[in-house]
Amino acid sequence: MPITPEDRPALELSRVTRRFRAAGRTVAAVDALSARIERGTVTGLVGPDGAGKTTLMRLCTGLLLPDEGRVELFGIDVARRPEDVRARIAYMPQRFGLYEDLSVLENLELYARLQGVPAIQHAARFEELLHMTGLGPFLGRLAGRLSGGMKQKLGLACTLVQVPEMLFLDEPTVGVDPVSRRELWAIVDALVRTSGVTVLLSTSYLDEAERCASVLLMHEGRLLESADPASLTAPMTGRCFRASAPGMDTRRLHALLARSPGIMDATIQGGHVRLVTRAAGTPPPSRIPEARNLAVEPVAPRLEDAFVARLLEQAASPEPPPTPASTPTPASTATAREPAADVVISADRLTRRFGDFTAVDAVSFEVRRGEIFGLLGANGAGKSTTFRMLCGLLPPTAGALRVAGFDLRRAAGAARGRIGYMAQRFSLYGDLSPRQNLTFFSSAYRLRGARQQERIGWALREFGLQPMADAASRDLPLGYKQRLALACALMHEPDILFLDEPTSGVDPLARREFWRRIHALAGHGVTVLVTTHFMEEAEYCDRLIILSQGGIIAAGDSERLKALARSAQLPNPTMEDAFIAVLEGAAGARAA
Amino acid sequence: MWPAVLALIVKELLAILKDPRSRIVLIGPPLLQLVVFGYGATFDLNHVPVAVYDEDPSAASRDLIARFLGSPAFEVVARLHDAADVDRLIDSREATLVIDVDRRFTRDLLGHRPARVQLIVDGRNSNTALLVLGYSNQIVTDFSRDWLAAHGGGAAPAVLDLRANYNPPLNSQWFIVPGIVALLTQVVTLLVVGLSVAREREAGTFDQLLVTPMGPLEILLGKGLPGVLIGLLEATVIILAAVLWFRVPLRGPLLPLYLGLFLFVAAVTGIGLMISSLAVTQQQALLGAFLFMVPSITLSGFATPIANMPRFIQAATQVNPMRHFLVIVRGVFLEGSTTAELLPQYWPLALVAAGSMLVAGWLFRRRTA
Amino acid sequence: MSAAGVRLTALLRKEALQIMRDPSALAIAFALPAFLLFIFGYGVTLDAKEVPLGVVVERPSADTAAFEGKLRQSPYFETTEYRDFAAAERALEAHEINGIVWLREDFSRRMRSSRGATIGAILNGVDANSARIVEGYLQQAWAAWLADAARPGGPGAALPVAVAPRIRFNPEVRSRDYLIPGLIALVMTLTGALLTALVIAREWERGTQEALMVTRATLREILLAKLLPYFVLGLGGMAASVILAVTLFRVPFHGSAWALLVTSSLFLLAALGMGLLISTAARNQFVAGQIAIIATFLPAFILSGFVFDIGSMPAPIRAVTHVVAARYFVTILQTLFLAGDLWSVLLPNALALALMAALFLGVARLRARKRLD
Repeated sequence: MPITPEDRPALELSRVTRRFRAAGRTVAAVDALSARIERGTVTGLVGPDGAGKTTLMRLCTGLLLPDEGRVELFGIDVARRPEDVRARIAYMPQRFGLYEDLSVLENLELYARLQGVPAIQHAARFEELLHMTGLGPFLGRLAGRLSGGMKQKLGLACTLVQVPEMLFLDEPTVGVDPVSRRELWAIVDALVRTSGVTVLLSTSYLDEAERCASVLLMHEGRLLESADPASLTAPMTGRCFRASAPGMDTRRLHALLARSPGIMDATIQGGHVRLVTRAAGTPPPSRIPEARNLAVEPVAPRLEDAFVARLLEQAASPEPPPTPASTPTPASTATAREPAADVVISADRLTRRFGDFTAVDAVSFEVRRGEIFGLLGANGAGKSTTFRMLCGLLPPTAGALRVAGFDLRRAAGAARGRIGYMAQRFSLYGDLSPRQNLTFFSSAYRLRGARQQERIGWALREFGLQPMADAASRDLPLGYKQRLALACALMHEPDILFLDEPTSGVDPLARREFWRRIHALAGHGVTVLVTTHFMEEAEYCDRLIILSQGGIIAAGDSERLKALARSAQLPNPTMEDAFIAVLEGAAGARAA
Repeated sequence: MWPAVLALIVKELLAILKDPRSRIVLIGPPLLQLVVFGYGATFDLNHVPVAVYDEDPSAASRDLIARFLGSPAFEVVARLHDAADVDRLIDSREATLVIDVDRRFTRDLLGHRPARVQLIVDGRNSNTALLVLGYSNQIVTDFSRDWLAAHGGGAAPAVLDLRANYNPPLNSQWFIVPGIVALLTQVVTLLVVGLSVAREREAGTFDQLLVTPMGPLEILLGKGLPGVLIGLLEATVIILAAVLWFRVPLRGPLLPLYLGLFLFVAAVTGIGLMISSLAVTQQQALLGAFLFMVPSITLSGFATPIANMPRFIQAATQVNPMRHFLVIVRGVFLEGSTTAELLPQYWPLALVAAGSMLVAGWLFRRRTA
Repeated sequence: MSAAGVRLTALLRKEALQIMRDPSALAIAFALPAFLLFIFGYGVTLDAKEVPLGVVVERPSADTAAFEGKLRQSPYFETTEYRDFAAAERALEAHEINGIVWLREDFSRRMRSSRGATIGAILNGVDANSARIVEGYLQQAWAAWLADAARPGGPGAALPVAVAPRIRFNPEVRSRDYLIPGLIALVMTLTGALLTALVIAREWERGTQEALMVTRATLREILLAKLLPYFVLGLGGMAASVILAVTLFRVPFHGSAWALLVTSSLFLLAALGMGLLISTAARNQFVAGQIAIIATFLPAFILSGFVFDIGSMPAPIRAVTHVVAARYFVTILQTLFLAGDLWSVLLPNALALALMAALFLGVARLRARKRLD
């Protein structure tokens, strides 16, 4: 069949390679990648952080030149004629490319003029965009004063001042709450439907990729898969199940099932354990001696299952991923195993005001020993403020707060000795080696002498960090940085562990490994408090609260929250559905 | 408390030494400034371009002009034959000084009338102009005395016998190079301490540090002491360079010098910690350090004497640590000052150090508690 | 308006709004220059006045009184009398006085002898420059005294050679008059190079540069939109500084306004070119700030002739000063302020500035890409 220009794909990548020099080594951020994207589709560029997504985006928009290979947009070589390409595309970089000291309207006007939208059309086009994004009431507000979700929508509006033939969105949903994420998707879908735009959107959330017509699955600079989500998940059909055993501890059930033969992947989802078998032929164990009333039902496969299967296949040949030992921390075991009702964190009418703005308004809750407790909320709901008060980084304006038996207002130092903290993006001293990081944090937690050496040795062994113990932490792969961050937080065997969005952007295997450790810790009586935007992480929690406008609007385990969203149209709501239903319910109640 | 502080100090030093950016701050600018200041910042006169307009070519005028030629400060670049050229050469900066020997120079000399020599100086750089006049006067006076002696005209009733203590050759390098010890120690210490917290804030590790049981005092100590150590080390290197490379005489004992150095570094560290506790980003910290450094160096007596400043500014300089340390470092180097003599410098430094640390501690508590 | 015109004005408008709303830009462009001008205007002066001087008169007489009178009349000295040399020496060591004039016991007697008397003068030489200037003042006082002494009926003969100094352009030899014009060059270096490098680095940091690059705006428009506003800002800062210098610090201005405008425009272009070049090398504000301070501010301070005379520097350092744009501008400013439109100075220096501006802007234009690498 002859190829006419109309038949050509929107984007064609042929063996594109781009290398960077880092820490004295040359790393291929994009490695001999070939792919094509058809016109009028939404394609998800999916992969964990560091997979090479942003580099690929920049190669497609001509912001970087490939070392080898060709990038063609609508049949035009991007490296040779970047300006011709740019007249037909729009691109939203990470962090949305907004001028923070310009207002919403000024940002729109700037980009409209730069994109050559005739002045006469401005009013009508802005009207359309503002209606679409709901930013109408905030025209005069400076972009820097918008919430994360609003910035994201303004960024999108600015890239869409003129409808392009192809739209590139680089991680538009990172750091943005599920409600804003869903709204963004609605805009993108409408755009594709009405204008036939081709969209390439990068994300590290695998569940988002399921909304795309096709998916490019990237890992370590290489393309693992390129297909539509349905055909990617097809091989997983008949291999995914949901197991529950009423009356039995979910974590224990998970531990048992994960060790059963024929199981490839087992993850906790609220009160259930999600299972993926190694092959379609082998059903999951229907009977385990320890779990008497085990119930197993088949569920639909997800993209993540396919990704995990691919990664496991790859990892099977080289060294197996280090399996976390069963007892990550020998401490606290004496007091553990008691499903005790002893309360470890208690917040009573906790309030924090900044000037005349009340960020957290009389919030009360309790967390028991050994519980994994999740703190959810939209951008600006008071989630981070609450979290910072709990770890003693911010003093409350009013209310009582007891952590590990200490009143945080009076004995903050003593309380801090009993907690471990792992910040978002695993903040470690990048210039120091893992061993130096561990030494420093153990000293900061007042360990010394033989005890300190023993703990450092334990951390290096336990987290598989020995081979790189003396390299610069900055150069470690993301998964290892995360392990090191957790190791640093565990040096002093804390009673309570605070985690801030601990596994977003991390590849699914590393995430599983991380949560296996966390569950083991909880099993030994460590209390874990998690704050996140990432619904996958919310599923791992025993109990959750959802904050909105500084107050708690829902609380309970994930099953209970999901039940709130269950309806005829939505018999099997996801955590994200539940989150949105709860927020909408709260907004409705306020409006009424 | 001390093991944790020690760990923080070790970590801080490792981070500074391993980060290429901070390494550059520590090594690049100081070296560059040492060379540029050490050689470029000079008030001495060397090869000043001189033009000669000799209207009375004679043995006497030749003798006078030969004395200018013989001085290393001057370099004769032109000989003029037209009065109109005098101003033209000055205006175009080809000559800084024009020596105009009067038409009746020899006649007046022999006739015991004042023989006139006019010196036309470019006043655009008034300091150079003053120095040129001073040097020239000296040369002409010497000529006069020798002429009197040779021609028996009777000696002048009294002559000036000028001597300079501590720096007999009046070499301005001896003045500037010890000043560089103060200057660079301040710059490096301030940058190391002032940026250290902002760097952690940007990297997100500061929260990580705050959730450990370490108290504000421990963190402050752990952040401040590396600055003190690096400041002392930097100063030692420059003192060595001053003595071994620039050959500035070090006349006094080291004890009063290092006592002053320690107090100075402590005061600068305190100010650095204040900047640190206020700045959120490294850029803000850099701007803060810059805003402190410019007036502090300008009003320290590093290049221009404090005594020339208006009274209220002189009073304000009392809180400037660099002002006091400059007196100490120059005193010990050139005058051989002792600890007792420098007491009036030590106590203001100690006060500034204590005061700035207290304020830094208070700011720190307020920002972190 | 053409499409390119629309884009350029949109970018210019954006830049203007940002400058207006960002306090740090205005601080660097106006507050910092004013602050520096005050600090330097009041704090930096090389003119010694009322230098504390100890006078030791071992045996007072009419002759010693005459010499002392000359010292006292001089505006440069503030004299204190000491009875014996040891006391004066102690005061010198304690930094109470900067120098001693020592009239020995036999002063009057030896004045009338054939060998003449010797006036001892001991200065604290630590600050060599000040010591030299004090030496000059002492010689002036001495020469004045000699002239009196040589009058008919006086005790001695005059020196055979009389020096008649004539200082062109700054007859009062006020150091402020030469420091402040130089300072304006320093201030404009800050706006031109530091501020420009910082704002471009900020665009990189916030990711807006990336967004601009994929729009239809051409590279020329993006660069022009950065140059023009900071050019205007730099000229504004310059005008404000000149007005402050002339009105508040009473520095004379003999040149013409248009010569000032043309030459400062050339210098600003060179400084902006430096700023652009720095921003192609450093894409975060911290590094850009450091490079700008080391590569532009420090040289403009020390190697421009602003305080230290370039002619007196050693040859290798003198060679380096030729690549410092501020060097040419300091010369131009000192001439414009103190001398006037002297074309023999202005033309060659302006030409050098034009060359540097063309070089920096040209290299910056060549190195700039609508790409990230």
